[in-house]
Amino acid sequence: MRDSLPMKNTSATPLGAGAKRSTPSGGLQAWLPRLVLAPSVAISLFFVYGFMLWTFVLSLTSSRMLPSYDFVGFGQYARLMTNERWWVASTNLMIFGVLFVLVCLVIGSLLAILLDQKIRQEGALRTIYLYPMALSFIVTGVVWKWLLNPQLGIQAMVQSWGFESFRFDWITDPDMAIYTLVIAAVWQASGFVMALFLAGLRGIDDSIVKAAQLDGASLPRIYWRVVMPCLRPVVFSAVMILAHIAIKSFDLVVALTGGGPGYATDLPATFMYAHAFTRAQIGLGSASAMLMLGGVLAILIPYLYSELRSRKHG
Amino acid sequence: MANVIRRQTPAARLGRGLLYGVLILAALFYILPLVVMLMTSVKPLSEISAGSLLSLPQSPTLAPWTKAWGEACTGMRCDGVGGYFWNSFAIVIPAVLISTTIGALNGYALTKWRFKGSELVFALMLFGCFIPFQVVLLPMAQTLGWLGISSSRAGLILVHVVFGIAFTTLFFRNFYVGIPNELVSAAKLDGAGFFRIFWRILLPVSAPIIVVSVIWQFTQIWNDFLFGVAFSAHNTQPVTVALNNLVNTSTGVREYNVDMAAAMIAALPTLVVYVLAGKYFVRGLTAGSVKG
Repeated sequence: MRDSLPMKNTSATPLGAGAKRSTPSGGLQAWLPRLVLAPSVAISLFFVYGFMLWTFVLSLTSSRMLPSYDFVGFGQYARLMTNERWWVASTNLMIFGVLFVLVCLVIGSLLAILLDQKIRQEGALRTIYLYPMALSFIVTGVVWKWLLNPQLGIQAMVQSWGFESFRFDWITDPDMAIYTLVIAAVWQASGFVMALFLAGLRGIDDSIVKAAQLDGASLPRIYWRVVMPCLRPVVFSAVMILAHIAIKSFDLVVALTGGGPGYATDLPATFMYAHAFTRAQIGLGSASAMLMLGGVLAILIPYLYSELRSRKHG
Repeated sequence: MANVIRRQTPAARLGRGLLYGVLILAALFYILPLVVMLMTSVKPLSEISAGSLLSLPQSPTLAPWTKAWGEACTGMRCDGVGGYFWNSFAIVIPAVLISTTIGALNGYALTKWRFKGSELVFALMLFGCFIPFQVVLLPMAQTLGWLGISSSRAGLILVHVVFGIAFTTLFFRNFYVGIPNELVSAAKLDGAGFFRIFWRILLPVSAPIIVVSVIWQFTQIWNDFLFGVAFSAHNTQPVTVALNNLVNTSTGVREYNVDMAAAMIAALPTLVVYVLAGKYFVRGLTAGSVKG
């Protein structure tokens, strides 16, 4: 966070004007920056904006195996709305997303607060909490699939300790499998939330806390009433990043449950891939991709809006 | 924030003990899956079915590792994940170098050579950090076909560069904004040009942000699965795709030790990077995730 200075405050430094004064060497120097940026801008316009538009156009067609440009209006969106599997995927995303974000926030903030109490070996603990974030979701999925395997994993281990009736077979249970995704994703990302919160805590002015202590407030109360409100921006960014991870979640599902049992753990990302690439339903897949984009924008726009607003009001 | 606990009273000492207890439990939650993965990867199959997750390997063997590397079946072919491991490097290294170079030049042009609309250009590019990639998959597949590089390493490199420069530009822009303009302005008055100023003034101080950008791009691209699975053929797959195929290939007995060894192989490069340069990894995560 420290590197990322607010873009508004620093943008118009007076010295930037030096650029205009120093153009005697000719037109080329003045145009070089723009020339250097041009390929990236072109790439962005074509591969990001153009492709978004292209996918939108495809979502309005009846394309199946190959893209065709036979327009059917919003027919694919209507089909999506009556597609049971899409509803399962969307509901799953709600369950997965909400639980994933909340549990990560709780665990992450708690660990950060505990780590902030002058702990010996803090560095080592931090390293351990955060390392899963460096792994691929495929690796995470493979490992947790093994741990959650009822015959050989955690269930079998606890049973071998004498708790014969112990059951932990969520991964094979269509109603519970979605929660295994939450467990694995929380394992991977909660340490990252801890790192965000810890950085936030270290940035808080000690004197605020001391003042509250002098007033006789208890430690939990200080954290809840004084520290947490200061960390609002951190909470905000964390929610934003986690929600983004949740919507894009694809590899974890593929590796951990394969979307199964049946399609009980399908998410929009796997739905889109399955329809666009393996089930020859390009039109329907494109429509689902556009709805995913809509979901991201629905989170992003309020976030950017409030970011810019808070900057203006200092 | 750290001076709030007093140590004297027994209650405080109990609290202190509890505190360490919780922290250590949490550490176990994070570390145990890795430990289990590692232990399983060196156990013979007989020990896996007889023992439990946490039982120590009685007769450790590297056979699962050699099998995962060179013989295990990933789909139709049975030559392990070794080749795909190198594939990943062949994709990652050029993609990281190209996207970081472009990002550095972009960040430099956007901060030290501001022009009318440069902030708009930045905002325009930044949006690329946020889109769900599902929305570009189908057009990308067709475009790669037109360019004649579908299912090739070159195609995957292109994809990763295209969708990586939004992040690298963000990194370098935010870093260069914090570098004072005085030196650059003075150099401009002396008649130094665009690239000369970059080479002589900006590049020498850029080491930290280059490290952040390289590490971020390396982990992102190494860990990518979506583009890898969508745009590769059997001989150009990255290791994540091969690992997933290996685990889901259902011929004969499930060899969990080989699965775990393959997962370790796929995880090692990013783990090594994390252990060696964890500080920069965190900076990339926090700076790159949202901020503009």
